Amino acid sequence: MNKSEKNVDALTDIARRVRIDLLKALHRAKSGHTGGSLSSVEVLVSLYFSELRHKPKNPRWEDRDRFVLSKGHGVPALYSVLAHAGYFPIEELMSLRKPGSRLQGHPEYNLEIGIEATTGSLGHGLSAANGMALSARIDGKDIRIYALLSDGELQEGATWEAITTSSYRRLDNLCAIVDRNRFQNDGAMKDIKDIEPVPDKWRAFGWEVESLQDGHDFHSILSAFEKARQTKGKPFVIIANTIKGKGVSIFENQGKYHGVAPTDEELRVALNELGEAA
Amino acid sequence: MSRFQINDCLVDQVTEHVYIRDIYGKTLVELGREYPNIVVLDADLTVSTKTNIFGKEFPNRFFTMGVSEQDMMATAAGFALSGKIPFASTFAIFAAGRAWEHVRQSIAFPNLNVKIVATHAGVTVGEDGATHQMLEDIAIMRVLPNMTVIVPADAIETEKVIRTVVNHNGPVYVRLARAKFPTIFKRSYEFEIGKAKILREGKHATIFAIGIMVYEALEAAKILDKEGISACVVNVSTVKPIDVETIIKSASSTGAVVTAEDHNVIGGLGGAISEVLSENYPTPMKRIGMRDRFGTSGDGIQLLEYFGLKAKNIVRAVHKLLEFNSQKRTVVL
Repeated sequence: MNKSEKNVDALTDIARRVRIDLLKALHRAKSGHTGGSLSSVEVLVSLYFSELRHKPKNPRWEDRDRFVLSKGHGVPALYSVLAHAGYFPIEELMSLRKPGSRLQGHPEYNLEIGIEATTGSLGHGLSAANGMALSARIDGKDIRIYALLSDGELQEGATWEAITTSSYRRLDNLCAIVDRNRFQNDGAMKDIKDIEPVPDKWRAFGWEVESLQDGHDFHSILSAFEKARQTKGKPFVIIANTIKGKGVSIFENQGKYHGVAPTDEELRVALNELGEAA
Repeated sequence: MSRFQINDCLVDQVTEHVYIRDIYGKTLVELGREYPNIVVLDADLTVSTKTNIFGKEFPNRFFTMGVSEQDMMATAAGFALSGKIPFASTFAIFAAGRAWEHVRQSIAFPNLNVKIVATHAGVTVGEDGATHQMLEDIAIMRVLPNMTVIVPADAIETEKVIRTVVNHNGPVYVRLARAKFPTIFKRSYEFEIGKAKILREGKHATIFAIGIMVYEALEAAKILDKEGISACVVNVSTVKPIDVETIIKSASSTGAVVTAEDHNVIGGLGGAISEVLSENYPTPMKRIGMRDRFGTSGDGIQLLEYFGLKAKNIVRAVHKLLEFNSQKRTVVL
């Protein structure tokens, strides 16, 4: 086993633990977005455990890379990743969606816990990331900005305003990722308002595009990030084809788990599948 | 000569009419030299909002965002999150109207240091007509927590406001207009966020005004003065946070209140003053402004006449209030 295989094994185990803890948090909260949290786990774990230059114990470090969760509803996954990365205690995940908690239903700007921007309303995050990327450019700072979008978010007109800004400004310090899980609140995107061809659209808008057949495969995610870093003169987008509800058989590709938390029984099944007794 | 004191920050006679957006552009350039962290964003109206002047001197801190107001606001948020002081400008209808939800979620809620300076508010936009005459922006901006809302009354105040908001940490909405405004203040005029300014003392009625209507209020006070009615005139340039103390003090000393604004009276200055008084010191009131309607094409300044937003309309409102107050006294007795 070479070093990169070892690394992938480590990431795989982190992803498993991240899933366990985000599901427990959602179950405790009795509400929240299960499907779109599970579909983002590998991308987020890759970011926080391999790609980003960040210091969880010094979250205000000026030269850190920035991550904006434009699909704010997927924040249980981000909270779980941030906790595992050391931004705050894992036990705090149990305060998800409670009054006064730092872990609100959608992310609120708070560098202490590693949240770089307030999101939750779709179509905002990429613009904010552009502002950060432009600011870094003015300051001559070698920092990189990442934004994770949902595919449903591509139905927002404002998203395309932002996509145009990134390419017009040639923001090669920016990398967007689309969590292409093909479901939105009301069901399968193809039945509501299809947005295909996704890669062609981004390409036509002036982006360098990398489509990942399996958006849960760490090898391809990490190599796409590597390509993004090498790309000059253009912003880079990774279209990560993912599975909504990934990692738990009863949630996978089930549209109804978009905005629903696991019941007691569903949590038991999920934890069992993920190798942890309830 | 009035027996009541007239604030010496006022010019003796109006001799100048100035585009306050010109002043915004010039002030922004001066501030750009002092503050390297100011960046300016505009949504395809740079010549009209006068941000183009900044763009010429500081091309690398100037961002033409195209016709993308929502993107502009959230991009400004990204700049603020990176420690910059972004100024975002476009017409009021687009800054407040089109981009409202971006302003709410990405700027006001996280309490970011973004300065939204909106031009072309109110009916004085003129010929472009109702689609471009923003009459609801004060209402929808002041309802946002964390947001400061400021409406300068002339060129002098505009400069002071822009210079002040740079040093205020938090989101600000500054409402400017297209038409030339009479210059009513001397250079010595001082602006402070949250402080309403009594421009003229009076004991029979109080006129609370903003923007170009401050000039009309002063004119109304002169007319009333000749009739033996002394009207207090207050410039409420900070509509939020509103100066509760000055408002209650003045209203309670006169017992009759008129508000004047180039904006819908619903939710605007009229609404804001009503809220303060009905909670603290209920006072008979009349609201001069747009009465729940849209505008129309026409010469900007003449539209003030067309919609009843002139000194004479304020005078009439004062008359009615004084009549009401005297009848009420009769009824009570």
